[in-house]
Amino acid sequence: MRRLRLALAALVVGALVLAGCTGTSERRLTVFAAASLTKVFTAFGDQFESDHPGVTVAFTFDGSSGLVDQLRGGAKADVFASADEANMTKAVDAGRTAGEPEVFARNVLTLVVPPGNPGEVTGLDDSLNGRKLVVCAAQVPCGAATSALAEKLGVRLKPVSEESKVTDALGKVTAGEADAGIVYVTDAAGAGDAVESIEIPGADQVVNNYPIVQVEGAPEPQLAADFIALVRSEQGRTVLTGAGFRTP
Amino acid sequence: MTRTVPGWVAALASVGALLIGLPLIGLLLRVPWVRVPALLTEPAARDALWLSLRTCLASTVLSVLLGLPLALVLARLRGPWAALGRVVATVPMVLPPVVGGLALLVTLGRRGPVGRLLSLGGVEIGFTTAAVVIAQAFVAMPFLVVAVEGALRSLDADAELMAATLGAGPSRVLWRITLPSLLPAIVSGTSLAAARSLGEFGATVTFAGSLQGVTRTLPLEIYLQREVDTDTALALAAVLLVLAALLVLGTGLLGRRRPARVRATASAATTPGGAG
Repeated sequence: MRRLRLALAALVVGALVLAGCTGTSERRLTVFAAASLTKVFTAFGDQFESDHPGVTVAFTFDGSSGLVDQLRGGAKADVFASADEANMTKAVDAGRTAGEPEVFARNVLTLVVPPGNPGEVTGLDDSLNGRKLVVCAAQVPCGAATSALAEKLGVRLKPVSEESKVTDALGKVTAGEADAGIVYVTDAAGAGDAVESIEIPGADQVVNNYPIVQVEGAPEPQLAADFIALVRSEQGRTVLTGAGFRTP
Repeated sequence: MTRTVPGWVAALASVGALLIGLPLIGLLLRVPWVRVPALLTEPAARDALWLSLRTCLASTVLSVLLGLPLALVLARLRGPWAALGRVVATVPMVLPPVVGGLALLVTLGRRGPVGRLLSLGGVEIGFTTAAVVIAQAFVAMPFLVVAVEGALRSLDADAELMAATLGAGPSRVLWRITLPSLLPAIVSGTSLAAARSLGEFGATVTFAGSLQGVTRTLPLEIYLQREVDTDTALALAAVLLVLAALLVLGTGLLGRRRPARVRATASAATTPGGAG
């Protein structure tokens, strides 16, 4: 009995110590960024930490709407970077932004197919008949862009799946489960050899803008401003274009 | 007849109850109840609800049909094979569902070893309702297996042995003795599996995709609606919560009053066929 009691006490103490371990004396910049920015923003974070000794950059990468939900719920953050203007507007309307959001990157859509193009897809045309096409659902930014583009190009898409995340759409193509998918050029670039891209003529007609802003009540306003400046600097643009983004 | 627990146990218990109960209460408080009927008649919501009910029923039947024999065999196994079998049968319970979905995708997807064979025969599972059912059964069946196997191992073997000695064949012993005494465990295991099927998200989204009326079940619809309309997402979440609660509650009541019959069946099993 005594041993059991000791073990229980040890368990409780251990759990508390582990839970408390995340607290450090360093300064900490918290950045909420859209999932599609994971690669480039991680690079920005490394750069920022080496420019600012003693500062840790903590990222939360998630769907933009999920991040807005967290901000609305009162989550503490310094910087918010959204994958579209609609979600940034939601954050502005909720009073969680300080200052004017600024567009720092743009993205366009492309068609991707598995390596070797087993479905012999040539574009958004008859070659898609009887083939498995995956797209994003209209409720999420990449899907809204896909519907808008299909409408502008006058094509009717018949997808077998409308995914709620662009990474899920991409995953179905890299797994070879789908014959083609519509994703952002940056997702295609990030997937490397796992997919082949087929440019959609006229894709420029629908451009997705990525705005960034300082969060209202940011615990580290100065660091937030510095981070936004880094993203929008010449060096930042180089990193962004290297990942397939366009810059304003 | 009430047993009292030490005060500190009661204190910890109430913290535990709050940890589980408060978020559920918080959710129910936020649900826009007045608008729920209107939100649920939206075609997307209706399709999702109907699809969820159908697939959940199918995967639960599948779980019982295959999980029950699996539990029976596992309980009889001894040695390293038993341990291995038990691990394999229960691992989907602790896997993140997304990992389960990936496992299904690389196995049953058309590039996978099984999927490629099926594809040669003209069968492609991906993006179909069948994929949803398989994903649900994959994550849900272990709940049934664990419940039934646990009950089997603590089951008193005397009645089974006696029936066998009196001449009842293995199938007869199974139907007349073993299964009736397992009924509470089967019922609770089935309800857990059904509730788990109903809530399945990760494996479905990874393996089956998401298309209205075909693969987009209630949890997937909730996830998607959350992007644009929190009210609809909350309304659907409330429906899911109520359905799951009813499932667990209903079968809980059903399972409680069975064991009394079992003792009587031990002798009943042998009377008609055993005499000859």
